Amino acid sequence: MNILVCVSRVPDTTTRILVGPDGKTADKTGVKFVLNPFDEFALEEGLRLREKNGGSVTAVTVAGEVAKDILRTSLAMGADKVAIIKTENEFDSYFTAQNLAEFASNRAFDIILLGKQSIDYDSLQIPAYLGELLGIPSIGVVSKLQIEGNNVSAERDIEGGKEIVSAQLPCIISAQKGLNEPRYPKLPDIMKAKSKPIEEVAAIDCQPRTTILEMSIPSKKRAGVILDGSDGSLDKLVTLLHEEAKVI
Amino acid sequence: MPISAPDYYFLDELYTEEELLVRQTVRDFTDSEVLPIIEDAYQKGIFPMHLAQKLADLGLFGITIDEKYGGAGANYTCYGLAMQELERGDSGVRSFASVQNSLVMFPINQYGSEEIKMKWLPKLARAEAIGCFGLTEPDFGSNPGGMVTNAKKIDGGYLLNGAKMWITNGTLADLAVVWAKLDGVVTGFLVEKGMKGFTAPEMHGKHSLRASVTSELIFDDVEIPDGNRLNINGLKGPLSCLTRARYGIQYGVIGAAMSVYESSLDYSKSRIQFGKPIAGFQIVQEKLVWMLTEITKAQLVAWRLGRLMDEGRATPQQVSFAKRNNVDIAIQAARISRDIHGANGILGEYPVMRHAANLESVRTYEGTHDIHTLILGNDITGISAFE
Ligand SMILES: Cc1cc2nc3c(=O)[nH]c(=O)nc-3n(C[C@H](O)[C@H](O)[C@H](O)COP(=O)(O)OP(=O)(O)OC[C@H]3O[C@@H](n4cnc5c(N)ncnc54)[C@H](O)[C@@H]3O)c2cc1C
Repeated sequence: MNILVCVSRVPDTTTRILVGPDGKTADKTGVKFVLNPFDEFALEEGLRLREKNGGSVTAVTVAGEVAKDILRTSLAMGADKVAIIKTENEFDSYFTAQNLAEFASNRAFDIILLGKQSIDYDSLQIPAYLGELLGIPSIGVVSKLQIEGNNVSAERDIEGGKEIVSAQLPCIISAQKGLNEPRYPKLPDIMKAKSKPIEEVAAIDCQPRTTILEMSIPSKKRAGVILDGSDGSLDKLVTLLHEEAKVI
Repeated sequence: MPISAPDYYFLDELYTEEELLVRQTVRDFTDSEVLPIIEDAYQKGIFPMHLAQKLADLGLFGITIDEKYGGAGANYTCYGLAMQELERGDSGVRSFASVQNSLVMFPINQYGSEEIKMKWLPKLARAEAIGCFGLTEPDFGSNPGGMVTNAKKIDGGYLLNGAKMWITNGTLADLAVVWAKLDGVVTGFLVEKGMKGFTAPEMHGKHSLRASVTSELIFDDVEIPDGNRLNINGLKGPLSCLTRARYGIQYGVIGAAMSVYESSLDYSKSRIQFGKPIAGFQIVQEKLVWMLTEITKAQLVAWRLGRLMDEGRATPQQVSFAKRNNVDIAIQAARISRDIHGANGILGEYPVMRHAANLESVRTYEGTHDIHTLILGNDITGISAFE
């Protein structure tokens, strides 16, 4: 089975993100980046499919040089090959999908796995874009996957329930939490990943279809204060409205 | 909840990709496998033995040992970062890994015959065998050179007599690396579980390092075959092991310090007294700033010592420096953190009292704080103050 897993590099959920001085990009100072958690489910599923059916797993990312670290993580988890489609410019989901489609188009993958979304920009568009660009079925938000021969049966999370969908290989599966329990990379494998090659592919030129105009941090919600109905709290209410809220 | 670790000086930039990946892996492991169960194990006073297999599966036993013997073939920096993340969970779990790596696998790798290495190292790496290290005796702690445990040459082997105390993993162990005097000179022996005359009763009643097994080792005419003797004479044998373990500890305790700092920061921002978060009071801010400053300095010391270890240039005195300093700031941070948490600080719901209590053992074992002071004092003045 020839398996492709698309991965992205995202800020760790525990780091605090600030908007850069241009008001359009995230300030990356001191931010820790990791392999997108949803892509870990995709990669794990790819590794399990290989363990069951044989074949090989390729992990690919569209990103700048810095993203090589997540490819090393992918190798350490067990990917056979990794590639970076290199661009140092800002880009959108369309650009990513075009480049992934170009990469996948002449390599005859049986299945393409990816996370249901990247937790950085949350566009959720790539799995559908890719299906369209490659002309193959795309099943999104999958939490259980079964493949027999060319027949794919996927359980999807839908609002308030589950949906079972079938399709034929080759197809695209986007992974939801619960699909599996991703393995930890083992120390010896982390050491071996160091010496494995990373294929570099130049990104194809394609105009992004969207541009980011502005980015902002949601304003902090202020914690409410609940006063009881006593006379004393009436005085407190007046004081608070006057001194804290400054409305009277 | 995953915790964000302080990196105030962007020290991550000093580490390689693999080193950071090792840290991240052990960090995730601690978050999902250690933190959810450790408080319960601590309260019950047991080591969560199922972790041994999981630690082995990750490749955390034999981190610096060659792959030929089942190790991970990683550097000392990776070893240190792994210890840091384990100790962010609990000093007991880190102790387990320290013993297996530095006190058991290291001497076997360094001083064992090829046969012994092939026999034990792969098993120890896979957690099919657990090891322990017996140096301390009831009457000889800081002064191990005075030990009375002794071996006599007999036909085909040695006859071992004596007793060790305070031995981490003793009762659990399949293999004990035991230091004893042969004709007045300290040397190492591998004592296997089940050898006639060898018992290892567990010590009870600890208020510290409760999620770790501590034992006595008793040798009553135990016959040790010739092949089980390590090829090293003198105190430098056990001391070379301790240097590695202490190196791991000085990294490890930063994990405990990070844990109590993060907990203090979270708690003080959400605990409201006198109408505002306690983090808004100057005294509390000073405590938080002290912790962050000391953690950052300790991180730098640890990083540098790791590089020196990897270059083979670290001196035992430099290791003493780091063990002494980093354990000291970690225990102070834990005590301050306990204080910041108020009454909640004594509850198992927060990790702070557990770390504070654990670090009392860490301050004492592997050379007490004061003994390291004397080692450094001797190094800089040329005058020994031990005797
Ligand atoms: C939980 C735990 C696990 C342990 N695990 C192991 C293990 O796996 N293997 C092992 O071999 N040992 C182990 N130990 C033992 C540990 O290494 C010793 O406890 C330590 O070396 C100190 O020895 P001691 O307890 O006999 O204290 P002592 O040596 O009696 O020291 C008591 C006090 O006197 C001070 N002191 C001693 N000599 C001097 C001096 N010359 N000048 C000034 N002050 C001095 C010390 O600093 C200390 O404050 C463990 C201990 C604990 C608590």
